[in-house]
Amino acid sequence: MLKETDIQKKNRLDFSTGWSYDPAPESRDHITIKEQYGHFINGKFTKPIEGNYFPTISPSTEEEISQIAVGSAADVDAAVKSARKAYSKTWSKMSGRDRGRYLFRIARMIQERAREFAVIESMDGGKPIRESRDVDIPLAAAHFFYYAGWADKLEYAFPGRKPKPIGVAGQIIPWNFPLLMAAWKLAPALATGNTVVLKPAETTSLTCLKLAEIIQEADLPPGVVNFVTGAGDTGAAIVNHEDIDKIAFTGSTAVGKIIQKAIAGTGKKLTLELGGKAPNIIFEDAAVDQAVEGIINGIFFNQGHVCCAGSRLFVQESIADEVRDKLIDRIATLRVGDPLDKNTDVGAINSKEQLDTINRYLEIGLNEGADIFQSSCELPEKGYWCCPTLVANVSQSHRIVQEEVFGPVLTIQTFRTPEEVLEKANNTPYGLSGGVWTDKGSKIFNMTSGIKAGVLWANTFNKFDPTSPFGGYKESGLGREGGLHGLTPYLNI
Amino acid sequence: MSKRLDVKKTYKLYIGGAFPRSESGRYYSLTGKSGFTANICLASRKDFRNAVVAARKAQSGWAARSAYNRGQILYRIAEIMEGRRDQLIAELKLEGATDKQASKEVDAAIDRAVYFAGWSDKYQQVFGTVNPVASSHFNFSVPEPTGVVTILLPDSASLLGLLQFVLPAIVGGNTVVVLTAESRPLAPLTLGEILHSSDVPGGVINILSGYRSELISNFSTHMDVNAVMYGGNDEEAITLIQKNAAENVKHVVLRKDDDWFDEERNEHPYVIMELQEIKTTWHPVGI
Repeated sequence: MLKETDIQKKNRLDFSTGWSYDPAPESRDHITIKEQYGHFINGKFTKPIEGNYFPTISPSTEEEISQIAVGSAADVDAAVKSARKAYSKTWSKMSGRDRGRYLFRIARMIQERAREFAVIESMDGGKPIRESRDVDIPLAAAHFFYYAGWADKLEYAFPGRKPKPIGVAGQIIPWNFPLLMAAWKLAPALATGNTVVLKPAETTSLTCLKLAEIIQEADLPPGVVNFVTGAGDTGAAIVNHEDIDKIAFTGSTAVGKIIQKAIAGTGKKLTLELGGKAPNIIFEDAAVDQAVEGIINGIFFNQGHVCCAGSRLFVQESIADEVRDKLIDRIATLRVGDPLDKNTDVGAINSKEQLDTINRYLEIGLNEGADIFQSSCELPEKGYWCCPTLVANVSQSHRIVQEEVFGPVLTIQTFRTPEEVLEKANNTPYGLSGGVWTDKGSKIFNMTSGIKAGVLWANTFNKFDPTSPFGGYKESGLGREGGLHGLTPYLNI
Repeated sequence: MSKRLDVKKTYKLYIGGAFPRSESGRYYSLTGKSGFTANICLASRKDFRNAVVAARKAQSGWAARSAYNRGQILYRIAEIMEGRRDQLIAELKLEGATDKQASKEVDAAIDRAVYFAGWSDKYQQVFGTVNPVASSHFNFSVPEPTGVVTILLPDSASLLGLLQFVLPAIVGGNTVVVLTAESRPLAPLTLGEILHSSDVPGGVINILSGYRSELISNFSTHMDVNAVMYGGNDEEAITLIQKNAAENVKHVVLRKDDDWFDEERNEHPYVIMELQEIKTTWHPVGI
């Protein structure tokens, strides 16, 4: 692995003097976390039928935060029964206006408790408080607020149709944006009149269980929302349950394919939000400093645990050295460490398992001849950490270029012509997102229309909004979440 | 004067704008009420793969045509069908239809082409959105074709049934590979000739005749196919297709009923949208 001294020093900035940060940790005093959590079924916290629990660990301290119930097939069955009853007795018969009212309540209560949620999210998942405070939690509330308004207006979304709910939705979400992903799944499902059994990811169940408190306090009819916690087996029990009408999954492409196969012939509807390996393309006529900021945000946001992360950088040859130097300078200033510190840019890797995956890919990269450069950041003694990493001297066929790393790892390739970069950009099985940096409008549209992906950011990256549909082409998924288009997967039209 | 011997027609496949026989050299005999009707090419896996290559090659160019141009080409299909009305009716009759049924089907097929031609530059306006995001960005979503679509026609589909699968796909910029129903390939294969003279670029629509049981796996497993459409009710076939589709996360579009004449069921833009992806583009607003 290359160390900083190996890198050309020309035009490098010196950060060794005059820079110091005082610790600025967010307080944990006002947070209450129970020692043990059961499932949330039929409006109540219930003990797991088989009685098993697993610890949830803070990835930044390796401390146990709480005990979480292991969901068995029997727990899932109880949750589905409760969801089915709530669907046929209450929720599908309720007026859209009243459904909307409940969702508005939930949105408001998330806003009221935003700080508490942000702190727990950072403790449990490792993401910087800056991101959980400014992105995850506000967007989760906004999502409920947006879909709340749709609940009594659905016929305007589908001209010539009278849309009807599907029934009971089984939803399985990932660990990278725990509360936000729950909001993405719950809000459109509930607004359209479906009831839900949702499983949070096993490493990040806490904010979902705190959301259960809000759901209780909002007086949502029992059974409309059920949470069953656990790992892959629990998810499989949801996918294979006979009385579920629809599966919505966000996670890896490998698991997405298993799910698509598992429900073949069952008549279950399916939305998949899977992996990505997004190209981020920077042309010589781009505003380079802005582009560098965008590249940094594109890959190091949330430690790179983002399915739409801009993990493949394509730099036009004429500015390749300049961009590389600026990137090296910039990652030297990124502060890696305590997620609860307000100055932290890059938090902890979500789990030991994920850290191992990232390190395995770095090793593969090295073995394939890549040049790997990491910032010389000081890392805490405990916890799971990965310094921001640049990978150069790679080509299309390298595994680290083709496969999703899901960590703070950016590969750098160069190109000469727009045609060339378009071909390289599209040369993966994925098609979730992409970025383009240039000051020329016609070039932007040439690129954004040519890249086969669901979300394109031009002169920006990693922006999200409840009104904006999100989802992938090719092996990045089926269907869209967010916006008007995010209603479709939850309705019979 | 002696009676003139008529010239019999050879029915061939339609791949990449050309009319080859099956590379396999195989055929099956189509028989009707009056016995032998025609020899039909029995398309092989290799023919199918060639068709997918042709469809992929044609896709980006077809999608890049202006919506107006795609509409005109679909309308041109209707015009040429009108001119070949008698031939199509005769072929539907050879496949077993009565005179009345056959002319009703051809009329409906022509009308269906005109109907979907009109959608070419409108579904984007109905289903595209400008999204009022909370940050200072301009953000819009538009439908785009998913890519290459394979189509397994049900037994009930001949001319009208085929068009009900193909037109919504191609009006939205997709390219297709179709397998005709075993007992009803005549009018669909003649349609290939109609398409060929309707300014539809080669490769946009590829028509194979053959055995569904032989090609169903290939139609649903090919890694360069983005969506598979299946018409019919065979649960075993549906399960197989959906399982195979998971290998590269294909869209699966099922059509279980077979009333191709019902306008309410068939004539709407939601059948176009089943084969569209939504693409959302962001750009900052500022100086």
